[in-house]
Amino acid sequence: MFMDYLWAFIIGGLLCAIGQTLIDYTKLTPARILVSYVVAGVILGALGWYKPIVDFAGAGAAVPLTGFGNILVEGVKQAVDERGFIGVLTGGLTGAAGGITAAILFGLLAALIFKPKEK
Amino acid sequence: MAKKITRNTFIMENPPTIHSFSSTVGKKEGDGPLGTLFDEVSADAYFGQKTWEQGESELMKRTVLRAISKGGLAPGDIDYMFAGDLLNQCITSTYGLRDLNIPFLGIYGACSTMSEGLLLASLLTDCGVGGNVAAVTSSHFCTAERQFRFPLSYGAVRTPTAQWTCTASGAVVVSPKTVSPFIRAVTIGKIVDLGVADANNMGAAMAPAAAYVIKTFLQDTAMEPSDFDAIITGDLGTVGSKLLVELLRGDGIDISKCHRDCGVMMFDLETQDVHAGGSGCGCSASVLCGYFLPKIRAGEMKNILFCATGALMSTTASQQGESIPSVSHAVFISAESRMSGN
Repeated sequence: MFMDYLWAFIIGGLLCAIGQTLIDYTKLTPARILVSYVVAGVILGALGWYKPIVDFAGAGAAVPLTGFGNILVEGVKQAVDERGFIGVLTGGLTGAAGGITAAILFGLLAALIFKPKEK
Repeated sequence: MAKKITRNTFIMENPPTIHSFSSTVGKKEGDGPLGTLFDEVSADAYFGQKTWEQGESELMKRTVLRAISKGGLAPGDIDYMFAGDLLNQCITSTYGLRDLNIPFLGIYGACSTMSEGLLLASLLTDCGVGGNVAAVTSSHFCTAERQFRFPLSYGAVRTPTAQWTCTASGAVVVSPKTVSPFIRAVTIGKIVDLGVADANNMGAAMAPAAAYVIKTFLQDTAMEPSDFDAIITGDLGTVGSKLLVELLRGDGIDISKCHRDCGVMMFDLETQDVHAGGSGCGCSASVLCGYFLPKIRAGEMKNILFCATGALMSTTASQQGESIPSVSHAVFISAESRMSGN
């Protein structure tokens, strides 16, 4: 069980370190990096390569945005299986619904509770 | 009346004086090497207001009122004022100064605004069009983040090399009295754009504009860098400053011994984690009013050339792939109203 935590920490940390390297050494804006992560997750998920990483690293692979891309793909796969071609349009948002709603809710909570300060 | 030497350089006939001046800064600037020299350091980035934009307006208003009262004047004694800032439609200036009932001329020069305001005030005064004329500008870290990058509430990580916009304001009152410091001559700069598009390297984008106006001023007035205790730029940072010295060296002008950059002076680059250095209209304005003008009054400096530099892009232009055009104006400030011996 300790190994679960350790791998989550290592894999999650690695994904974040890649992001930080992109910020420090390239001209990519944070927005572009985040979008690239989602797209990378979609591609890896579509190829079937991301699920094993999630199985192995748990939250360390599911929490970073690559995990979100993966959820989009899994949602589409499931929807296509259930409803046919229309699933291409409906599946992504359905699969990601929980994550998106949580993001909006927690963002709202943070905005209500905290006041921004200068750096 | 000011004499037109060349197309854009004017020598004052009766050099107007900087009658009074004042500076206000925020906490980070107050913690910097010049912290004790400013009239006010505010620990509260909101300046007692509800939003940062309102806070910056309050910052600018406090600074100009203090400059006016330090000169033994009241707002009613100020004939008109020049003001500008970094926000869309210059709302810092308009909302900050709306209660003062002083005739208002809004200007925009980005971070070169202090030079522009000072230049306009002194030209008009020497031409008899003005008694007491104020020039004020400000910038604020939090409003600039919202204007140019992301609102702070978004929680974005800043690129390590991005400029640190100073929370600061500087204000001067120019009048036709005959006391030091005097404004002796000015050169109106032109927009220079050498195609630098990297907003994380603004110093490099602005150095050519500063090089143009410094070279033009020195050539037009037949002065040398050695005539000056300091040739000052606003916010070129360490990288932009090196580039400026090199550009001028290529024209046979060596300013390496007297060049000072307000953005480099404002913060301790080692300990305050501001990477490229300070920037913003308020950076050059507050360092001028907090550091350089008092030195001239105290007799520690005699001649300075104040060339605040401004980057004239907007987020829209940058998103459309445009480069960053810049402008800089030169203002020659001296403890003497004439060259000694004249």
